[in-house]
Amino acid sequence: MKNLLDKKARQKYEEKAMLWVMRFSTLLIIITLCLILLTILKKGIGSLSWEIISKTPKGGYYFGKDGGILNAIMGSVYLATGATLLAFIIGLPVTIFMNTCMKRDKRTLYAVRFILDVLTGIPSIVYGAFGFIIMIALHVHASLLCGILVVSIIILPVMIRSMDEAINTVPQGLQESSLSLGITSVAYGYKVLCRQCLPAIVTAVLLAFGRAIGDAASVLFTTGFTDNLPQNITEPAATLPLAIFFQLSSPIPEVQHRAYAAATILTMIILITSIMTRVTGKSCNKNAIKE
Amino acid sequence: MNSSRRTKILERISTGWMKFWLVVLMLLPILIILGLIFRSMPVIHTGDATIFGLSWRPSSGEFGFAPFIVSSLYVTIIALILAAPLCISSGIFLCFYAKSSVIKIVQPVIDILAGIPSVVYGVWGVLAIVPFVQNLNNLFTGSGGTGYSIFAGGIILAVMIIPYILNILLELFMALPIQLQEAGLSLGAGKWYTIKRIILKKAMPGIISAIGLGVSRAFGETMAVMMVVGNVAKIPEGIFQPGYPLPALIANNYGEMMSIPQYDAALMMAALILLIIVLVFNMGSRILTYHYEKSIG
Repeated sequence: MKNLLDKKARQKYEEKAMLWVMRFSTLLIIITLCLILLTILKKGIGSLSWEIISKTPKGGYYFGKDGGILNAIMGSVYLATGATLLAFIIGLPVTIFMNTCMKRDKRTLYAVRFILDVLTGIPSIVYGAFGFIIMIALHVHASLLCGILVVSIIILPVMIRSMDEAINTVPQGLQESSLSLGITSVAYGYKVLCRQCLPAIVTAVLLAFGRAIGDAASVLFTTGFTDNLPQNITEPAATLPLAIFFQLSSPIPEVQHRAYAAATILTMIILITSIMTRVTGKSCNKNAIKE
Repeated sequence: MNSSRRTKILERISTGWMKFWLVVLMLLPILIILGLIFRSMPVIHTGDATIFGLSWRPSSGEFGFAPFIVSSLYVTIIALILAAPLCISSGIFLCFYAKSSVIKIVQPVIDILAGIPSVVYGVWGVLAIVPFVQNLNNLFTGSGGTGYSIFAGGIILAVMIIPYILNILLELFMALPIQLQEAGLSLGAGKWYTIKRIILKKAMPGIISAIGLGVSRAFGETMAVMMVVGNVAKIPEGIFQPGYPLPALIANNYGEMMSIPQYDAALMMAALILLIIVLVFNMGSRILTYHYEKSIG
């Protein structure tokens, strides 16, 4: 009997100790995020100025003279918006197709999801290298258009899987009752499913946008870098991640400070996107049919 | 009648569009692999590029990938050693012990951490981790060093894959049937004992696959690691030595790759090696997840 009690007591202590370890690890993760944000913002806010946001680099910019990173901000916004739009135009129909016409074919659907997951896992630098191969084969130079195409391929599987997770949970009965009223599968997909899953679709689009604006490795190969504002999608364009990367590697303190400012801007954009994801996810479901 | 015909045409067009892109997406992995093999053929053919070769001298046509593969392995292993225990213990806490208010705080934190771009992690690494590692190095070995090292890369990678692994783990723990816990508790075992002996045992394949996915993610990370790892093409002798992972090699040299003969082929081969390693881990983990999901019904 005593032995058993001992065992119980020992387990109790073990649980208590483990609980503290677990609390500590969770806390550590939260602290890390706070540290990252604090470090970036503290360094960046000081260097942030109207000039940096509103001007393109002038002569001698990379030696600490006048100018800003408007070229990179605009380039990134164009690139991410273009890529997200393109991915949406392709991604939404594919998701709907997977969830209406292919719904019965469980095996194929599983294979499709598997390949999409594998595509999500391919590093963006490999996509960049692949894009570069295609560009060499077609004899085209780095441009905003190439960047948009490659980035949209990168975010496409992310977007599809994110929408798919939500649409997949819609009860089968909704499709059956819709079809019994005489509409086609495709019409059901666009008119009923989309409305039902609007919050998830918005979330997926914002998630993809965040991914697109932060991606640097693929853009390196395909979009190039320039000090001018992009006038045309066939010209190269600067992007924020690359602007940060190039300026941080400079030995001149003024230029490095601009990298911190650029990192702050990028972080802000990501934070705003993330907050928007949370807000819209809750507020766009007024058209959904509830059980 | 007219309207139904229009619907039919519209339906055909949109189904065509859907099918076309679906097929393109399904073929994409194969296309990427074939493209990379095709472009790296020149160095594979002549035997100038070797996976186990130690020396990297592009100008004299020697392309040995060993330093890069070893560096990649080192940073990934360090990242895993740091991240995996944290993720597992935090995951158990959040799923089985934490109040819902705690989860409400932690979930956004995970989401934001997952969304922070690689470059921003890199800036943080240069500002915070590199000096930290430099001090640590001073403390342990007494020799200076810059702090740009394998260890710094490993720490950054750990922070980057934590939200990724934790998200998968949370999903996995949540999917476990509640009856498992109930069965343990009803037999008189404590909560911790139940978790340790029943839940973790049941979830083990899932946990392994989550970590495998973390590995595949860590292997391909480019910018952040490249900014802190030092980039010296030599097999690193210790964790405070600089290294040169595969993705950094590709990203750093894209500018010069057309100026030296065969250089571009060698870099494409680096991308190919990277892709194959990532795919092995990724697909292996996903297949494991599939069997695991089947086993818990």
